[in-house]
Amino acid sequence: MDSTIVLFLVQDAVINGAIYALVAIALVLVFAVTRVILVPQGEFVAFAGLTVAALEAGRVPPTLWLLVALGCLAAISSIAWHWREMDAARFVKVIASTIIVPLVLIAVTKFIAPMKLGLAANTILTLLLVVPMGPLIYRIAFEPLAEASVLVLLIASFGVHLSLVGLGLAFFGPEGVRTAALSDASYTAGALIITGQSIVVIAVTFVLLAALALFFGFTLTGKALRACASNRLGARLVGIPTSVAGQVAFGMAALIGAVSGILITPITAIYYDSGFLIGLKGFVAAIVGGLASYMITALAAFGVGLVESFSSFWWSTYKEVLVFTIILPVLVWRSLRSSHLEDEE
Amino acid sequence: MSPAARKWLPPLFALAVLTAPFTGWMPPYWITLFNYIGLSSLVALGLVLLTGVGGMTSFGQAAFVGFGAYTSAVLTLDYGISPWLTLPVSLLVTALGALLIGAVTVRLSGHYLPLGTIAWGIALFYVFGNSSTLGAHDGLSGVPPLRVGTHALIDPREYFVVVWIAVVLIIVATRNLLDSRIGRAIRALRRGAVAAESFGVNAPRAKLIVFVYSAVLAGLAGWLYAHFQRSVSPGAFGVNTGIEYLIMAVIGGAGRIYGAILGAASVTILKDQLQNILPWIIGSTGNYETIVFGAILVLVLETAPSGLWPVIAGAPPPPKLPQAPEAGLAQRAKPLVGTPLLQVNAARKTFGGLIAVNDVTFDVAAGEILGLIGPNGAGKSTTFDLLTCVTPLTSGTIAFCGQRLPGERPQDVAALGISRTFQHVHLAPDMSVIENVALGAHLRGSAGTLRAFAHLERQEEAALLTNAKRQLERVGLGEQALALAGSLSLGQLRLVEIARALCLDPTLLLLDEPAAGLRVGEKKELAGLLRELRREGVSVLLVEHDMDFVMNLADRLVVLDFGHKIAQGAPKDVRNDPRVLEAYLGGVA
Repeated sequence: MDSTIVLFLVQDAVINGAIYALVAIALVLVFAVTRVILVPQGEFVAFAGLTVAALEAGRVPPTLWLLVALGCLAAISSIAWHWREMDAARFVKVIASTIIVPLVLIAVTKFIAPMKLGLAANTILTLLLVVPMGPLIYRIAFEPLAEASVLVLLIASFGVHLSLVGLGLAFFGPEGVRTAALSDASYTAGALIITGQSIVVIAVTFVLLAALALFFGFTLTGKALRACASNRLGARLVGIPTSVAGQVAFGMAALIGAVSGILITPITAIYYDSGFLIGLKGFVAAIVGGLASYMITALAAFGVGLVESFSSFWWSTYKEVLVFTIILPVLVWRSLRSSHLEDEE
Repeated sequence: MSPAARKWLPPLFALAVLTAPFTGWMPPYWITLFNYIGLSSLVALGLVLLTGVGGMTSFGQAAFVGFGAYTSAVLTLDYGISPWLTLPVSLLVTALGALLIGAVTVRLSGHYLPLGTIAWGIALFYVFGNSSTLGAHDGLSGVPPLRVGTHALIDPREYFVVVWIAVVLIIVATRNLLDSRIGRAIRALRRGAVAAESFGVNAPRAKLIVFVYSAVLAGLAGWLYAHFQRSVSPGAFGVNTGIEYLIMAVIGGAGRIYGAILGAASVTILKDQLQNILPWIIGSTGNYETIVFGAILVLVLETAPSGLWPVIAGAPPPPKLPQAPEAGLAQRAKPLVGTPLLQVNAARKTFGGLIAVNDVTFDVAAGEILGLIGPNGAGKSTTFDLLTCVTPLTSGTIAFCGQRLPGERPQDVAALGISRTFQHVHLAPDMSVIENVALGAHLRGSAGTLRAFAHLERQEEAALLTNAKRQLERVGLGEQALALAGSLSLGQLRLVEIARALCLDPTLLLLDEPAAGLRVGEKKELAGLLRELRREGVSVLLVEHDMDFVMNLADRLVVLDFGHKIAQGAPKDVRNDPRVLEAYLGGVA
């Protein structure tokens, strides 16, 4: 192995690590606010990638129908769970957010999709289609379970994941997609070729991370989310509706997932079920970061990327084994450091 | 339901189940399906204990099924050993594997554990799939069937009997384990280990026992699977299957034994029927069953968050109270009244820059009630934690009966005869009051896990529970013995904690604000009880804010303020000490 290969592998690790970092931070965010370990986080990534690919080909993305299906389910769920306190105003609000918004998006997409407006339009449209799925999923599956234990929420999360992967196959089909690079530029530094694509990935990741830091540090909504994360009851007592906080958290997770999907699809082929493994590796980083610290989480994600790219070079059959076993010592170290007398749950 | 019916219903039901396939009413297809349900039930039962009772989430159980299956397959195929002889080997290999993995992973706390189990689950799956001895991705085929004499058990109906006998035996063993001293300790661990460890439970060891037991159940399922399926391939032992086992345990009702069977049956039948029915409804084949399966899973959890079994069967029945003499429990010899018992010498505890306890020196004589008082933040509770080794000393020494406590673990302190209550109550709200109290007597029993399986320790268990009942009566809560601890008021919970501490037969009793939340009458009774204990030779170290209570009860007082000892002596002297007045009232007017 010479230095060129090392540099190449490091570049690969940085790009993948950036994606894992985004996924991991979405997981941390959702867990902190709602106690849900969001297994379907990877689905946002995959669905966004598949949507961009459809738009690129000038087709109407099947994401639309998925969104409509989720909207109808959310409407049923909201009405069923809040039947007693349902009045006209609230009913209109439910219908507007679950039925009207998807219908408007259908009209917009059907109009725009065949026009092949290019990267910027495709990106915006993809975000518009994927991001609403987050709050809708929260309303369907997790709002009624807000008081349940972490274990029950985790199993429900697996239920949502199974359904979404099944829906993904039904709507998108089994074919993999790969989209055009976000930037065709390429630069050479010594023997190493740095692609514009990787620069875009890194830049967008940094901008998104910085935006998140600003959001949590300086906006009222961000602070309210942090309040929910540290003490749900306390947050409710000072008038922060935890249901809204949950929807916002899921919306942000969907946004981060969609952005990751748009970034990764030009690099790797994405299938309807590619999300799970990406999500799992993000989860590894999130856990190493202790499901709390964004900075350490981002570093850990980079570490996961490194382990992955080097092990795929040396010992590719056991690539996944290495990624997952190498974290065991980290886990042991972390849990020895934390007090073992803490109350669980 | 009458007690007699309760007693006879399970065995009759078990008999009905075991004979069902031979009645001719059960189609062969369903017999095979129920064989798989039985196998999954075994794994789910392990998870009920591990996750529902022990509070440890595992995605890796499928890998242990693989241990059992591969061990037997290799031994029978390559070495021609009889499947019956490979059973103990399979279980042993699984147990050893679990012991190794568990020694590392059960130390993981909170969310690290599930991820740890995913990690080794995936790793082992790849090992199965890439090892040539195990047939790599194709696996091993031609595994011999089980034989009785020369008759091979190939007929699914006959295998049904084998599988479900195993399930019945495991149900009995698991029930017995939960209803025992070890089981009580395991159940108490889920809500935090502090209390259990303070009464002598070795928490990591108890967790490891559950972990290995649940793995052995999975290994047993694997052994049965190998000789039923007659072939073994890695696909059945991946993390996805592991997730499915966890789904079974949670859907059935994590923590409930029959919930495991119900969960295994629901998930297996649901998946099977969706595969049969959906193409017929929708008219095309596709992956629709996962969509519907996931949706039903979420819906079931939304309507029954604690699982299906509690919906059908209600709350678990309270334990039966034995009628047995208390004989059999050894009493601790109490030191002579007046001899020095506890000597705290220049004890210091710092948290970062904060000195919580600053070179505090005092001692407790045998048969004495010593009051430890001081304003909030004076370091009283930290002193308690130092005495019980919940937190280690920064410097100084503590000696008990002339022996130095060198920063031992809480369970070792309990073994010396020091028991305590907590300022913030540490009781398991979902266990009955008497079981919470009986935890205090943990160290006075000796029966281990194996005897618990067969319920060979009934005499000792009866003595422990009778003792717990008597201590509850002493604190005036005999009537509440069978109530759930979560249903009591705070004052009552403090009394329950005292009863639990008394179960240890302590030489020194550490009480942290026992009178808080008690009514006047209850306080009087508590004071009476403490005086009675003093007469019996028990020493009491008391932290309390109710001055009337302490002043009338304590022989001597030690006053702390900001970590320093500012006064000690008889209550009437301390009451007039200017430094004490200043600490409490902010300066003499």
